[in-house]
Amino acid sequence: MAKSRDEIFKEVQAVLVDALGVDEEEVKPESTLMGDLGAESIDFLDIVFRLEKAFGFKIAREELFPIETMMSNPEFVKDGKMTAKGIAEIKAKMPHTDLSAFEKNPDMNKLGDLFTVSSIVNYIETKIK
Amino acid sequence: MRWIWIDKFVEFESGKRAVSVKNVTLAEEHLHDHFPGFPVMPESLCIEAMAQTAGILVGQARNFEEKVILAKIKKAVFFDFVKPGDTLRLEATIESITAEAASTCGKITCGGSTPSTSSGQAGSPQDEKLIAEIDLMFSHIDKNIAGKEFPEENFVFTDTFKMLIRGIGMENKTK
Repeated sequence: MAKSRDEIFKEVQAVLVDALGVDEEEVKPESTLMGDLGAESIDFLDIVFRLEKAFGFKIAREELFPIETMMSNPEFVKDGKMTAKGIAEIKAKMPHTDLSAFEKNPDMNKLGDLFTVSSIVNYIETKIK
Repeated sequence: MRWIWIDKFVEFESGKRAVSVKNVTLAEEHLHDHFPGFPVMPESLCIEAMAQTAGILVGQARNFEEKVILAKIKKAVFFDFVKPGDTLRLEATIESITAEAASTCGKITCGGSTPSTSSGQAGSPQDEKLIAEIDLMFSHIDKNIAGKEFPEENFVFTDTFKMLIRGIGMENKTK
């Protein structure tokens, strides 16, 4: 049976509360994982493992968080900014993420802002439909 | 592994779970200061013992080819003190394992019977008390830290730890 978006959000919220040691109120749809919730790289793996357990299907980390593998590729990243090619690649790989703000200023330091709680909810939603 | 903080394995199911034992003794000098007149094993060292138990379980699951590093303490809850003379039983179970990482859950108990030490003064299972629940995450570092190069040799699983896994039939698989 398909879950409502609200139900998915609640479960994702519970996963993030456990994985990142944050309070429930802090986990809002627009919260960024790295900026607002303090996630580090290993936390992304922890989150993936916990989501798999909560929703009962396999999640490929490079599908949910594909950026890490792209960061070391000079074709995608130049002078601290993401290249047009890189942006196109993210668009293709992360359809569940809102890229409009990042496109205007593709500063790599802003990359963390792309991972929001909603992007996870969007991803789960597309997977269980 | 540069120092060993557990005494032996008593159960080992490859890729699934492992149980190790650590005997706590007043000859361990840190107990003299932690605390004077009230020696208890520091909880950080309980976590280290679990990290070694679970870390070897995770390493063996990939034939000790990966450099397995403790990456995150997901949970560490303590219920009781560990005192000199206690025999700790550390049980670790692999929850998930992928190319990049593994997560384990574990518990530390004390007292009660340990199957392989039927002599000795092990008590009955009813006497067993829960000391701690410790869930960990390990990273296979070569697969994880983009662009960083690590030494070719496996500096995590060095020769010193081989004696530990001797007797559980795993040493032939180490490189």
